[in-house]
Amino acid sequence: MPRFCILLSTTVLAVLALTPAQAAEPLKVGFMTVRSGALAAGGRQMEEGLKLCMDEHHGEMAGRKIDLITADTAGQPAVTKTKAQELVERDGAQVLIGPLAAFEALAIDDYIRQTKTPIISPSAAAEDLTQRKPNPWFVRAVGTSAQAHHPLGEYAAKDLHYKKIAIIADDFAFGHEIAAGFQRTFEENGGKVVQKLWSPLNTAEYGTYITQIDPDVDAVFAAFAGGNGIKFLSEYKNYGMQKPVLGAMTTVDEGILKRMGNEAVGVISAGWYSAAIDTPANKKFVAAVRKAYNADPGYYTVGAYMACQFLNNALEQVKGDISNKEAFMKALRNVNIPESPYGPVKLDKFGQPILDITIRKVEKKDGRLQNVVIKTYPAVSQFWTYGADKFLKSPVYSRDWKPAK
Amino acid sequence: MRFSAFNALPRLLVFAALLAMPWLVTSDYYVNIASQIVIAAILALSLNLLIGFGGMISLGHAAYLGVAAYLTIYLTAHAGFGHLTGAVIAIGATTVLAMLFGYLALRASGLGFLMITLALGQILWGVAYRWASLTGGDNGLGGLKRPHPFGLDLNDPIIFYYFVLFFLAIAVWCIARFIQSGLGQSLQGTRDQPRRMRALGYNVWLIQWLSFVFSGFWGAVAGLLYAYYHQFVSPQTLHLTTSAETLLMVIAGGTGTLLGPVVGAALVVILKNVVSAYITRWLILLGVIFVAIVLFMPEGLVPGARRALRALRGSSRTDTVAEASSIAKDGA
Repeated sequence: MPRFCILLSTTVLAVLALTPAQAAEPLKVGFMTVRSGALAAGGRQMEEGLKLCMDEHHGEMAGRKIDLITADTAGQPAVTKTKAQELVERDGAQVLIGPLAAFEALAIDDYIRQTKTPIISPSAAAEDLTQRKPNPWFVRAVGTSAQAHHPLGEYAAKDLHYKKIAIIADDFAFGHEIAAGFQRTFEENGGKVVQKLWSPLNTAEYGTYITQIDPDVDAVFAAFAGGNGIKFLSEYKNYGMQKPVLGAMTTVDEGILKRMGNEAVGVISAGWYSAAIDTPANKKFVAAVRKAYNADPGYYTVGAYMACQFLNNALEQVKGDISNKEAFMKALRNVNIPESPYGPVKLDKFGQPILDITIRKVEKKDGRLQNVVIKTYPAVSQFWTYGADKFLKSPVYSRDWKPAK
Repeated sequence: MRFSAFNALPRLLVFAALLAMPWLVTSDYYVNIASQIVIAAILALSLNLLIGFGGMISLGHAAYLGVAAYLTIYLTAHAGFGHLTGAVIAIGATTVLAMLFGYLALRASGLGFLMITLALGQILWGVAYRWASLTGGDNGLGGLKRPHPFGLDLNDPIIFYYFVLFFLAIAVWCIARFIQSGLGQSLQGTRDQPRRMRALGYNVWLIQWLSFVFSGFWGAVAGLLYAYYHQFVSPQTLHLTTSAETLLMVIAGGTGTLLGPVVGAALVVILKNVVSAYITRWLILLGVIFVAIVLFMPEGLVPGARRALRALRGSSRTDTVAEASSIAKDGA
């Protein structure tokens, strides 16, 4: 027993002795990206965005040095969990940024709750992460799947006066949620979705889907992720289709727009970001990205950049002291950035940003394709105009949410 | 399979290392890695039963892991069943699935068998991906809380490790007993001489089917533990890559041995999770290691290491007759 007491008291002393020194220590930030597998292209863009932000702050936030530890999740949920454990338990990460895909974020959801590790998501857009399954330790630095596409539905009906639209989308949760959000507001404003086509993520050739499109529609809404937008748009043109195309944010994302040709010109889409947004903050950001990587920033680049800015903003609020996790989390939920590449950003009580949504049109400018802004919907919530309570009463958007009429 | 001292020593060493593991490492992280190795080892052992002892190469073994994991999480976290009931139903239903799959796949042998298991596995993957109302689609299914059997808090990494290690010990024991049993011996007979076995009056199909179901049962146990460990399951668990990875564990470690799949599981899990932190192109490294194994130890790491040891001993001794007989016994 005496020995135990000695042990206990020395431990307590050691802990006490260590505490004041902590403030001077670097803050450990774990970053989960994807370097191998199908999602590696997005992962690389995330790393670029994050690095840019870290460099901008000279590796220091609120007076504390930031020690960034990167891990490759390979885009696999089971590995993601191990990597989260690696970062938190072995490397002692106090905050996490990542992971890339929604299923990865969901795979570590329970772990985040257990270990109470603040996490900032730079890209995962699954609606329920900040809706029906909100995690108190989670905030998101991007929009939800439907957040940009509620306005697009209204725009298609009210401004473009489309009456009948066919939807073609990737057959996975992200595609389902985008399609449902678009359909909801489009139909509430008098439009009609007459057809919904779901193509598998790894579709090699869109011909069979393009030929199925109803010839009477006014336009086609194409919601694709990854590189699928490139394949679809070029084949759409090759099949001689004349109907205008509306796109999801990721169909004509800057990350893939550079690999497209004239077939993309004229595509109207919506997003919480466009490299062509004409504000000083964004111009500076785009110039930095173009200088460093010779490309326009897209979804993943700006997402990771903003996740890092969120971290900076929250750290400044708590003056770099992260020892009180609850206080830090409160600060992270309280992030308020008046000027950013997105425009002004604030978070709702679910940890989801309220963002300016832009309607963009692909045009050729300065010798490259750009998402030129044609309209802005300011301060759009993830719940659009429905209000949280009403919105959350209906089930999460899915493949079967409202069949085509 | 007589337990000579030479045979038993590596096993005892591995077992002792597994038992002492939590004291050998510095962080919970490594204990969790060890738990993953143990779970993967149970799955690899069950697949080895088919490949090593039955000569049936299956590319659909992720089916049992995935289905048991989905059922466990769905039943306990979403359908309101208790942990015990959930576990029993999950393992029972997965075993019934193995009965059905065995019935379908064993209509063919060799390449045909391989293709049928592959197809069946991919069907399940498709179902998990598409039946989103039940499985959550590609977003997966989570929300499981680890159980507290006999007052043990499985949220503690070390307790969880011993929990899964206990299952591995049972699995090894049961599978060893199975192999030594008349059924296990006749399974190896059907592997080597199916026509002769048939001529001797054995029901080859029944022997293979029973082994297939037994193997599926242990795959289901691995799935249950997988669900407890990850508390999350997504279609990727059911994907072909999981089956192929398990196959890789068995082949790399050594088919037809008890220790081989455990060593193979450790190799793959460590490469995938630990080494990948230091080497971005860990998949290439895995490929190189696999090629090296095929070149230098085509029978797998465990039998290869045994051969190397024996060669060392053989050079210092002249007792070649005894060696030869020990080699012969070793195969059994």
